[in-house]
Amino acid sequence: MEPLTSKRKQVESKPLTFGERIYLPAIIRGLSITMKHFFRKKVTVQYPEQKREFSENFRGMHSLKRDEQGRERCTACGLCALSCPAEAITMISAERQPGEENLYREEKYAAVYEINMLRCIFCGLCEEACPKEAIYLDGDIVPADYMRKDFIYGKDKLVEAPLNQ
Amino acid sequence: MGTADILIKFALIIIIFLISLVVAMYSTYAERKVAAFFQDRIGPNRAGPFGILQPLADGAKMFMKEEIIPASSNKFLFIVGPSLAIMTACIGSAVIPWGETLTIGSYRIPLQVTDINVGVLYIFGVVSLGVYGVMIGGWASNNKYSLLGAIRAASQNISYEIAMGLSIIALLMTTGTLSLKEIAAQQHGWHWNIVSQPLGFLIFIVCAFAETNRAPFDLPECETELIGGYHTEYSSMKLGFYLFSEYINMFVSGAVMATLYFGGYNFPYMHHLGLSENWVTILGVVALFAKIFFFIFFFMWVRWTLPRFRYDQLMDLGWKTLIPLAIANIVITGLWMTFIK
Repeated sequence: MEPLTSKRKQVESKPLTFGERIYLPAIIRGLSITMKHFFRKKVTVQYPEQKREFSENFRGMHSLKRDEQGRERCTACGLCALSCPAEAITMISAERQPGEENLYREEKYAAVYEINMLRCIFCGLCEEACPKEAIYLDGDIVPADYMRKDFIYGKDKLVEAPLNQ
Repeated sequence: MGTADILIKFALIIIIFLISLVVAMYSTYAERKVAAFFQDRIGPNRAGPFGILQPLADGAKMFMKEEIIPASSNKFLFIVGPSLAIMTACIGSAVIPWGETLTIGSYRIPLQVTDINVGVLYIFGVVSLGVYGVMIGGWASNNKYSLLGAIRAASQNISYEIAMGLSIIALLMTTGTLSLKEIAAQQHGWHWNIVSQPLGFLIFIVCAFAETNRAPFDLPECETELIGGYHTEYSSMKLGFYLFSEYINMFVSGAVMATLYFGGYNFPYMHHLGLSENWVTILGVVALFAKIFFFIFFFMWVRWTLPRFRYDQLMDLGWKTLIPLAIANIVITGLWMTFIK
């Protein structure tokens, strides 16, 4: 038959020679290769203590930002929840009372802001949707936990630490 | 034989039993650690410093797990299987000479549970009993995979026992005794049997791999084809016993190999160091354990190097290669003894 390509190669299967059929030299060579690996430097990264560097645009756990005066930027407009393809974000808004101007930047704020980390796909659309630059996915990897309910992160875990404290 | 002698024997039995259990326990740890090192990993290192407590954690896990006995199994035999496996694994160490005599006060304690004059045959008997645990367990599970594993185990053990026995015959021709104590004593200093029986040792160690169901001969329990083989249906500590008996078997076969071919408790210049007799004995025990640990390491080393045999290749190697080689070894040994020695 005429070969269609020039890549065809005749495969030869020669019977093993006596030296090869003893197998012992091959086994000894194999053992020496594994022994070399025994003393090689280990590649394991011991995760919780030792971490690999993240890339610039790594998207991790969310944080709700504060402005220069330490006030929460979020105004509970709900655009992040709307943009979320996984429907992981819920919030309840509240009106700012007089005397709370140092806590919240706008007249409206999120009294409850919850992200279900099991639903979140870390796409970053909330970050893009936010008109107030209030949410960023600049945190670490979300840690493991035992209960599903513990993966619903409230404001206690999401809001940035207050300034000067 | 007075009460004191019986008590001493009892203590010796218990100590050897405990040592073999501890060695088996830490072999599981060593296996994971060695495997990790061969694969450029670190291995278990969370339970205690360097993961030293890992075997305890594993043991606790095994005991806490749910015990499942399949409804369609033969319950009595299902329980007998692992019991038999661990029992036969443990009694093999009874005839191993762990050292010379220890003198405490007026008592002279030979570090061997019993010096029966057919020690080698006893070991063979126990080893061939060992397959019954696997066989019965696999059959009683009433599961295709278990049964296949059990059948493989039985045929593999029977095939390799022949070659093993034949390789030992050549050794017995040169030593002229079946007592392990005498065999060990004959190899005083540097006169190890490996020098006169290299081919016999090679056949023996290959067969030892097959008898302990270790890779590359781990066909009875190969995970990829038989999802665990004979212990597919086992859970909890019954599974633990099967896994444990494999490690005890490794320990005992390491001890047998060290005793038969590598001088047992003998080490070079042992009586030229000017130490007291007890110290020489203790050092001898240490030397024997060093040899055993080397063999256990070697078992693991081979496991993480060689791939598993195909079943027909296994039978081919056993019947067409090892048995003729062993017979040739007997002939060569006979000629050598008649004409040269």
